[in-house]
Amino acid sequence: MPAAYKFFAEFAQTWGLLYFVGVFLTVLVYALAPSRKDRFDAASRMPLQED
Amino acid sequence: MAQAVAPSKGMTFGEAGSALAFAGLALLSIIIAAKAYTPEYAFHAYLFAAASVAATFAIVNRYYERPAQRPPQTIGGKPNYNMGPVKFATIASVIWGIAGFTIGLLIALQLAFPALNFDTSWLSFGRMRPLHTSAVIFAFGGNVLIASSFYVVQRTCRARLVGDITPWFVVLGYNFFIVIAGTGYLLGITQGKEYAEPEWYADLWLTIVWVAYLLVFLGTVMRRKEPHIYVANWFYLAFILTIAVLHLGNNATIPVSIFSPKSYIVWSGVQDALVQWWYGHNAVGFFLTAGFLAIMYYFIPKRAERPVYSYRLSIIHFWSLIFMYIWAGPHHLHYTALPDWAQTLGMVFSTMLWMPSWGGMINGLMTLSGAWDKLRTDPVLRLMVVSVAFYGMSTFEGPLMSVKAVNSLSHYTDWTIGHVHSGALGWVAYVSFGAIYCLVPWLWNKKELYSMKAVSWHFWISTLGIVLYISSMWVAGILQGLMWRAYTGLGFLEYSFIETVEAMHPFYVIRALGGALFVAGSLIMAWNVWKTISAGQEVEEVSQAIQPALIAAE
Repeated sequence: MPAAYKFFAEFAQTWGLLYFVGVFLTVLVYALAPSRKDRFDAASRMPLQED
Repeated sequence: MAQAVAPSKGMTFGEAGSALAFAGLALLSIIIAAKAYTPEYAFHAYLFAAASVAATFAIVNRYYERPAQRPPQTIGGKPNYNMGPVKFATIASVIWGIAGFTIGLLIALQLAFPALNFDTSWLSFGRMRPLHTSAVIFAFGGNVLIASSFYVVQRTCRARLVGDITPWFVVLGYNFFIVIAGTGYLLGITQGKEYAEPEWYADLWLTIVWVAYLLVFLGTVMRRKEPHIYVANWFYLAFILTIAVLHLGNNATIPVSIFSPKSYIVWSGVQDALVQWWYGHNAVGFFLTAGFLAIMYYFIPKRAERPVYSYRLSIIHFWSLIFMYIWAGPHHLHYTALPDWAQTLGMVFSTMLWMPSWGGMINGLMTLSGAWDKLRTDPVLRLMVVSVAFYGMSTFEGPLMSVKAVNSLSHYTDWTIGHVHSGALGWVAYVSFGAIYCLVPWLWNKKELYSMKAVSWHFWISTLGIVLYISSMWVAGILQGLMWRAYTGLGFLEYSFIETVEAMHPFYVIRALGGALFVAGSLIMAWNVWKTISAGQEVEEVSQAIQPALIAAE
């Protein structure tokens, strides 16, 4: 069991950390990319549109 | 035109299938009722039988009453929204809300004056407390979430709800689950897991209802006319999906027998505790936060007539929030048998949660930029903005309390109760009230609410109630924590337990007073909703009446 604990702990502390950072960076790039400005500006007005 | 050929009328697969399924469930329930181990379980089996028979009749009757053609997807180019289930859930939330708040007031009074349990097991604190929490969270909050999600997903996707019987099954099935859960607590049927008290058969029923909910929501999103999925729908989807996973994980039980209400969980000991609080805290994170943030993201921009302050921030805080919440549960198990590293992990993630939470708060509040003056004139908007402020406050308090050093003082004290209620009354209930006040005129086609003055009264009375509630619980909780850890010079405990209980009495009375004010506010809302539906001024359908005439003139 201690070997399994060591394996999982090491995995979480290295690859787990990288995975989270990677996901977060992907979200940042997706949300902040200047090319999506118009799309997000339109999306922010979606509740205001009437049929 | 000549007479249109009447299309032949036949039962759809959904109608025939669900009528048969309910007939089968009725038969099964009667067999279980006959062979049930306990009278309480037999009572529940009879309830299932009665509801199934009623459902079968309702489906067949509806088939005979309805026209041969199915309702169209659009009428005159506009989506033909299905608002019946939304109306039902809106009314249900108002009724359940009053019930849940009143039971809360009763148990608050019981803590101050224990004689109020009237020496019956039915009204004992142990049974009334889960009745209160489930009534406010799952019955009141759940119906608000179902109503608002079905409304918002249709409006932002410009599409009619998927399914014919299924949306009704979701709403009515969910409310039937509430009845089973609530009567179960009164009769003493419970798993003893906080916020997951219902036993295996109620859990199984809720699983079916919840899967149907997910399918209706997802199906409507997939049918959307808009290319972009609006952020509120992301929050609703995260809420529905995660609650399904949590529910299955924390209710992995094996019943003693199909004729017994009792079941045993497959997890044991500290693992069970961890799964329970993984569930428990994510019920807070995904039921009470993600779902109600979805409400914030639709109703505040709509009411303020302003776009979302930063759509980019909404995306970033959505993904950060859902990735972090899932790890925060262990902070409920500080200084227990849970391994130390897991406690620290829970604490660290809870602390980090502060940032995505405040991202949401900032986005909600700043959506009012350019419309701050509306706060003076529109009490509905005021309710929602104060709710976001409470969200900000309780999501700062939460990370603070998850720090082990603070938790060693606050845990098991009334500070926790105060924290929960600043979130539940201030954030969840207020944003729900705001949503109900918006939805009722929209759904029943009224110009405005019957009385804006009554909304103002509701706002001020219940705000006073919340302030009394949370401030008394802060004082009570910190006093309690300090008394528990006070030692004499010789190393003995300074106070016996009963002395700490006595010291709480004045604060319990103040808390009950705050609760009474909150109940009073909800009664004002119920009156206002009733008057709006029955006597509110109708919206004049000018545009729709004129348009066909214009086309004809061309």
